[in-house]
Amino acid sequence: MATLEIHDLHVTVEADNATKEILKGVDLTVKQGETHAIMGPNGSGKSTLAYSLAGHPKYTITSGTVTLDGEDVLEMSVDERARAGLFLAMQYPVEVPGVSVSNFLRTSATAIRGEAPKLRTWVKEVKGAMERLNMDPAFAERNVNEGFSGGEKKRHEILQLELLKPKIAILDETDSGLDVDALRVVSEGVNRVRESGEVGTLLITHYTRILRYIKPDHVHVFANGRIAESGGAELADQLEAEGYDKYVKGGASA
Amino acid sequence: MAEAQNSTVGSSTTAGSIAVAAESTVATRMSAPPSFDVADFPVPHGREEEWRFTPLERLRGLHDGTAVATGVGVKVAIDTPEGVTVETVGRDDARLGKAGTPVDRVAAQAYSAFEQAGVITVPKETVLTEPIRVAVHGEGGVAYGHQVVELGAFAEAVVVIDHTGDAVLAANVDYVLGDGAKLTVVSVQDWDDKAVHVGQHNALIGRDATFKSFVVTFGGDLVRLHPRVAYAGPGGEAELFGLYFTDAGQHQEHRLLVDHNAPHCKSNVAYKGALQGDGAHAVWIGDVLIEATAEGTDTYEMNRNLVLTDGARVDSVPNLEIETGEIVGAGHASATGRFDDEQLFYLMARGIPADEARRLVVRGFFAELVQQIRVADIQERLLARIDEELEASV
Repeated sequence: MATLEIHDLHVTVEADNATKEILKGVDLTVKQGETHAIMGPNGSGKSTLAYSLAGHPKYTITSGTVTLDGEDVLEMSVDERARAGLFLAMQYPVEVPGVSVSNFLRTSATAIRGEAPKLRTWVKEVKGAMERLNMDPAFAERNVNEGFSGGEKKRHEILQLELLKPKIAILDETDSGLDVDALRVVSEGVNRVRESGEVGTLLITHYTRILRYIKPDHVHVFANGRIAESGGAELADQLEAEGYDKYVKGGASA
Repeated sequence: MAEAQNSTVGSSTTAGSIAVAAESTVATRMSAPPSFDVADFPVPHGREEEWRFTPLERLRGLHDGTAVATGVGVKVAIDTPEGVTVETVGRDDARLGKAGTPVDRVAAQAYSAFEQAGVITVPKETVLTEPIRVAVHGEGGVAYGHQVVELGAFAEAVVVIDHTGDAVLAANVDYVLGDGAKLTVVSVQDWDDKAVHVGQHNALIGRDATFKSFVVTFGGDLVRLHPRVAYAGPGGEAELFGLYFTDAGQHQEHRLLVDHNAPHCKSNVAYKGALQGDGAHAVWIGDVLIEATAEGTDTYEMNRNLVLTDGARVDSVPNLEIETGEIVGAGHASATGRFDDEQLFYLMARGIPADEARRLVVRGFFAELVQQIRVADIQERLLARIDEELEASV
């Protein structure tokens, strides 16, 4: 069973000629089949955690360890992490000029699976996944994220999640900027992947809204660069009622 | 006046204008009127509109009369299918210079300096199934040349002009299409690193004739070409496609003009370039002139650039000039985008290795143009060259 283990992770970023510590000792274990929601106020470091795990060059790991089934993730390049089974659904997916969605998906699937998917089954697979996400087939011929609406970008991220079948999926604010209909479609996509029981999900969000569609097993409150509190689904209800005030104040005085 | 659809990223400039004017600025902003005689053009100093992007010092004297033709400048080998006439003619042959007049000093220098010209003729109603191949191989010297390709009425042909080796070459090409003729031209500039190549490619498109041109520029220290089109009658169609891959230190300049001087003609221009490395400089000038007589014109021109690394520069300038409102359509677009670290991260985060990510982006960028080149060996060579360019950069 795949397990992502994050231990005492410290991460800095260079900004305005100064080094700033964003993550200040994160401990978290995500196992295949589990869904963890990470909730927290803006600027608490949630997205930094997501991008650090994926290996974005902007972030420097200063201490701590991250392993996936015992393998040192921090030693891997970005593409190696993806091939090892990590997937990051991005909050702001970038446009890639000149590359069609269909070409991108096939190249990616080939890289992740280690061999090119058989054309006939692949076409069916993509078509089916797109239909389930209410995506127009013409979408496949557009360039990656070019001119996509906010909702289309997120559907495209979840489409990749469904096709690439990672061991650990990190969803960075996948719910932000979505209307209720789009949120439901996207959540259903995530749930289909979760139902396979083969993915561990790290759901990063600012709002509790998405948790009505995707039920977490564990909820963690992220504040000031670390996990301030962990609990079950009931913790989300408490946050819904009380907000992040006590964690933010606690963080400020710490 | 209307602004062109532009986007500017990094070290690039892109400008565009649509002018509705009685007098052509496309013609008047040149520093001298077109002429076959080099003496009619002053030696450029670099601030002229038509020279301002070009590093004159790298023209190796083509612009100021100091480049003297050497014994063997280039070797030309022509391979044609049956039914085609290939001739070498003197300067006084009446078939030379019919498709257009030199518009700058180097083109006029080429016209004034060549000793013999080549004339390839495809007789009327002759339909070729194999391409005519013209191999121009630089032998390290200075050369001036002139080539004519003439198609009789309803003839159909594909011509591949392939430039390799090292040379300092100023040469013009005339394409003369009879009524209803169909000509596809692929001009490949696959020069060695030091080569300098300047030329004007004039197409004169007969009534209801179709001209399709691919200008593919990879090599050379400096390449500056003027692909130009005019119409000899109504109903003509021109498609001008271009592909360039500009590396560190290379200057590649394509200056196009489509002169809609006859009614009910079409033109479509699509040039795409990728750039990488310090001092890579691509220039694209796209002039379209719709004259008062050219009612029913339908034209579109587009230039896209993909900047792969820092230190490269693009100047992209589309101009559309309209002297009649009685047209079907006219438009232009120019955009320069960057392949940057965020895009690389995105693709790598989907398991795609860095070198493959770059190849994916560049191949994808060029694909729609490459696919349209229906000469299989040229198509394969282009894809292989694109990959080579990319490997050299990693």
